[in-house]
Amino acid sequence: MGNYYINGISCISAQESSDNELGLQNFVALTENVVPLQKPDYKKYIKPTMIRRMSVGVKMGVVASSIALQEANVEMPEAIITGSGMGCLRDSEKFLKNIIDNEEQFLTPTAFIQSTHNTVGAQIALGLGCKAYNVTYVHDATSFETSLLDAMMMFEEGEQNVLVGGVDEIGPYTTDLHKLVGHVKEEETLKNSLLKSKTKGAIYSEGSQFFVLGDKKKDNCYAQLKDVVIYNKLEQNEVAQKLEVFLKDNNLTISDIDVVVLGLNGDVDYDSYYTTLQNTLLANTTQVYYKHFSGEYNTASAFGMWTACTLIKSQKVPKNIQLNEIESGSIKNVVLYNQYRGENHSFVLLKSC
Amino acid sequence: MEDLKLELKNNIIELLNLEDVNVDEIKDDDSLFGDGLGLDSIDALELIVMLDKDYGIRLTDPKEGKKIFESIEIMAAYITEHRTK
Repeated sequence: MGNYYINGISCISAQESSDNELGLQNFVALTENVVPLQKPDYKKYIKPTMIRRMSVGVKMGVVASSIALQEANVEMPEAIITGSGMGCLRDSEKFLKNIIDNEEQFLTPTAFIQSTHNTVGAQIALGLGCKAYNVTYVHDATSFETSLLDAMMMFEEGEQNVLVGGVDEIGPYTTDLHKLVGHVKEEETLKNSLLKSKTKGAIYSEGSQFFVLGDKKKDNCYAQLKDVVIYNKLEQNEVAQKLEVFLKDNNLTISDIDVVVLGLNGDVDYDSYYTTLQNTLLANTTQVYYKHFSGEYNTASAFGMWTACTLIKSQKVPKNIQLNEIESGSIKNVVLYNQYRGENHSFVLLKSC
Repeated sequence: MEDLKLELKNNIIELLNLEDVNVDEIKDDDSLFGDGLGLDSIDALELIVMLDKDYGIRLTDPKEGKKIFESIEIMAAYITEHRTK
């Protein structure tokens, strides 16, 4: 297995997160059940002639990729790999609504062109003039991790810089459907903190996080990506064992892990996947979470990786994300665990560089 | 005719998502494509659909659009003459 250095990162989310220097210090816990992103200054990164036709997902993906590339000082990546659970949902909804409203006539091209999952990756490539490998992975809560796996394989092919990220946007109609089936929290339950709400569902949000992976460490390097593993289905009692196997495959044990980043989203039906681990295997490890800041979306785990990168670089664990009282010393090895509604589990291992 | 011109300007701004353009900034004889509003071929398709949907004008030859969409003035005149709804 090679070395994959994370030389540039970016985060567009429901928080003021586009400035990596600020980290998580100004983040505020989300208190509504559906929270849109904090819009960055799109015009700083996208030509006015292009911006008017871009949906929110495309805009935030293009901005996030620009920030990460700029930070890594990479003008042209050798691959663009995007994860998106739902793709450009708003334009998909708009196009489908037009079909129904207009009885399958008078269909205009813009929403259709932009309704596919790979529109974000395509628009990033168009903006850069990049004709390299460009693939989008669509796999629910492991869309981003699948992209990471592919990025790692690209280095085996000899590539030097790979842009990899996740993007998902809120679609109003789709969110209403999720509300109907109880996937979204009832708003009044959020008066308490997310994890104390003890209610079903999650806070729905949107965001885009991108990372520039390189085969060489740069001055700005945040961390090394060491390994990724995905499981479509796991029983709660299997998670600890799978995590131990994952660590063993990387010649580590749980005592080597300085911080664990967990995808707790406050869903009383499924957070037990995490709490079981927290109370057993991870009982003596510094535990952090992030979905009280990011909300839930299919690629929210990329927000988790962005958080992990900032922890490793700053060597500090902010109190506003820490779950237990255990102090970490130096932060060398960080493992991320995420799942959504008991499916699509992922472990990601990062190491300081 | 003046009402129709205003309606067209509002529709174009909304349909083509011209976020930074106000109705007052589009003059009746401004060129819609090229150096004027800077519309492109995808916008032309949107306008062709708008003619059909809102005014019942079906352009059989897309090349006709080049003349019809030259300016708001010309569009309004064409619509007034050919509209079926």
